[in-house]
Amino acid sequence: MKKLVFITVGIMPMIASCFQGNSAKDLDSKTTIIGAGASFPAPLITAMADEYRTYTDKKVTVNYQSIGSGGGVRQFVEQTIMFAMSEAYLEDEVLESIETSTGGKAFNIPITLADVVPIYNIPGVDKGLVFNSDVLAGIFLGRIIRWDNPEIKELNPGVDLGPLPITVVHRSDGSGTTNLWTSYLSQVSDEWKDLVGSGTSVRWPVGVGGSGNEGVAGAVMNSPGAIGYTSLSYALLNNMSYGYLVNSSGNVIEPGFESTTEAANIEIPEDTRVLFTNTSSPRGYPVAGFTWILVHENLDKNKAVKSREEAVELIRFLVWAITEGQELAEPLGYARLPETVVKRDIGMIARIKWMGEDIGQQVLDEFELLGNHS
Amino acid sequence: MSDRDFIRAIPVRSGDKLFVRILELLAAVIILLTVGLAIITLHGGIEAFREFGLTGFIGGKIWDPGVSKQFGALPFLVGTAVTSLGALIIAFFPAVATAVFISEYAPEWLAKLVDNLVNLIAAVPSVVIGLWGIFVFVPWMREAVYQPVFNWAMEHYPSLLPLLGNPVGYGLTSATIILALMIIPFIVALTKDAIDQVPVEQREAAYALGATRWEVIRMAVLPYSKGGILAGSILGLGRALGETMAVAMLIGNKNTFPFSLFGPGATIPSVIISEFREAVSSMHLSSLMAIGLLLFVISMLVNMLAAWMGKKVRNERA
Repeated sequence: MKKLVFITVGIMPMIASCFQGNSAKDLDSKTTIIGAGASFPAPLITAMADEYRTYTDKKVTVNYQSIGSGGGVRQFVEQTIMFAMSEAYLEDEVLESIETSTGGKAFNIPITLADVVPIYNIPGVDKGLVFNSDVLAGIFLGRIIRWDNPEIKELNPGVDLGPLPITVVHRSDGSGTTNLWTSYLSQVSDEWKDLVGSGTSVRWPVGVGGSGNEGVAGAVMNSPGAIGYTSLSYALLNNMSYGYLVNSSGNVIEPGFESTTEAANIEIPEDTRVLFTNTSSPRGYPVAGFTWILVHENLDKNKAVKSREEAVELIRFLVWAITEGQELAEPLGYARLPETVVKRDIGMIARIKWMGEDIGQQVLDEFELLGNHS
Repeated sequence: MSDRDFIRAIPVRSGDKLFVRILELLAAVIILLTVGLAIITLHGGIEAFREFGLTGFIGGKIWDPGVSKQFGALPFLVGTAVTSLGALIIAFFPAVATAVFISEYAPEWLAKLVDNLVNLIAAVPSVVIGLWGIFVFVPWMREAVYQPVFNWAMEHYPSLLPLLGNPVGYGLTSATIILALMIIPFIVALTKDAIDQVPVEQREAAYALGATRWEVIRMAVLPYSKGGILAGSILGLGRALGETMAVAMLIGNKNTFPFSLFGPGATIPSVIISEFREAVSSMHLSSLMAIGLLLFVISMLVNMLAAWMGKKVRNERA
């Protein structure tokens, strides 16, 4: 009896696998695009992947792993993924080494905008407290230690601020949010630039570190008098009080989609490798930046891209993401790319090649000829 | 002849030989894995050791991935030592007392209940304890302990303030207390086992000499179970050294000296988990691996110390 059971159980999978032969053909026409990188845009990319799958009748799946910008850049350089997402653009040395190994550039293509707002917990004070660059630098350097400091009071004449001590909360883990925030502080304060600098991890002069956006938000929510920083979408999602900033043109800017998109509405270099924190745009929010998709110019040299078809699908996804895909941004709390940036993106995509063939150009022609897919 | 010689003298067939070979292979794999782990970590960290020198890295006070790209491990070594040893000191007496209570004093139903609850603490995931710490423990500590002490010091002894630090709640003290909570189950379990194994003759002898219940425990039971208590403590210390999530969430992550009593600090596991994912520069990565290697060496030394102390205890008894 036992023998019979064993034989049946052993033969069943073999019989079943015969019937699966047909579906192998279907698999050939399906493509998976593999990417990895920053965790900030992960919700947006996931939504885009979902929408794009429907758009392509389930033929193209975008698989994104949010392992952090650093991890994404590393995997991109080692060519284990087709594209990476990073909140910092690639440095010159990295670009040079990629140019040497692949004979072509690595494009940094902005796909969405990131913004960072100061969040605080002052009993009795709602959102909308006004900060300027000197005050923020002073707080984070440890120079301004109480909320009733005259500099803060000057910017907020109608607000009742008592002698509550300020507790600074920062990110303990490396993060693109920290990169944006510290880049802003470096631009507006020479003291900050020399002492601390900017980057995904820095040596904070004062304050307590929280792990992830959740850690910072938790620490701020539970400590009266605390101030931290986080992305606008996170602050909105968790109903936190966030501040308004005075930008370089002297205007008080409320953080939001329009002001973030406005911040990018300046002269952008062709390769878009620029940090526009402390933007010169008059109605732009001063702590905003691009989130880039990194992609190789010569896709055939990227070991992760295995066929011309995969390369074409990747480019199709990119073009869709910067045009139709932008509709998904605002409902999720991300700002749309302004037209000037989309133009730059198209310029770079047009130069993507497969074995010398201008497939980037071809896909762009496709989209312009076909118009909008239903 | 001894038991071992007797067993060796039994005739062996090829199946037995194969079994022995398989066992040897498995043992070799485990040894190779450990050695391999050490070698790969060393390979990753060698760049940092070359750049800063061994003593330079261990004694370096500055960890700066931003401007000067200088990396020194001392703040984390101090943080790890303070939190782990502090946790052991805080946890030791309550844990041993709990074990004695479970074994000696409690009625059967209560002993089982307490035992299960203590083991439940060990079963709670570290990250859940961290969450509880953030939302319950730390605010409570701030309201009930840190803030009142800080305010009292502000009025009467302002000179104490730098020692006390910022009473925000996230810091070395909170992390140490939570760590103590997490290692209690290990000490309790091993102590209780050791106490249960004390031969009844020892206890009877003490009673026969006229000892009271407590004196029996003090004179006959606890000295006999020294080995188990030691083993439990070292196991707890090992857990505290490597504990990552709960510490990273509660310790405030301040990578610079000076540390203060209430203020934030950092440990080796907390800095590794915080910075490893986003570390891009190779010196940063290498320094993180080097500091991981340091923790590996420390754990190894602690275990070797435990083995040596255990042997001494056994020799004393024999």
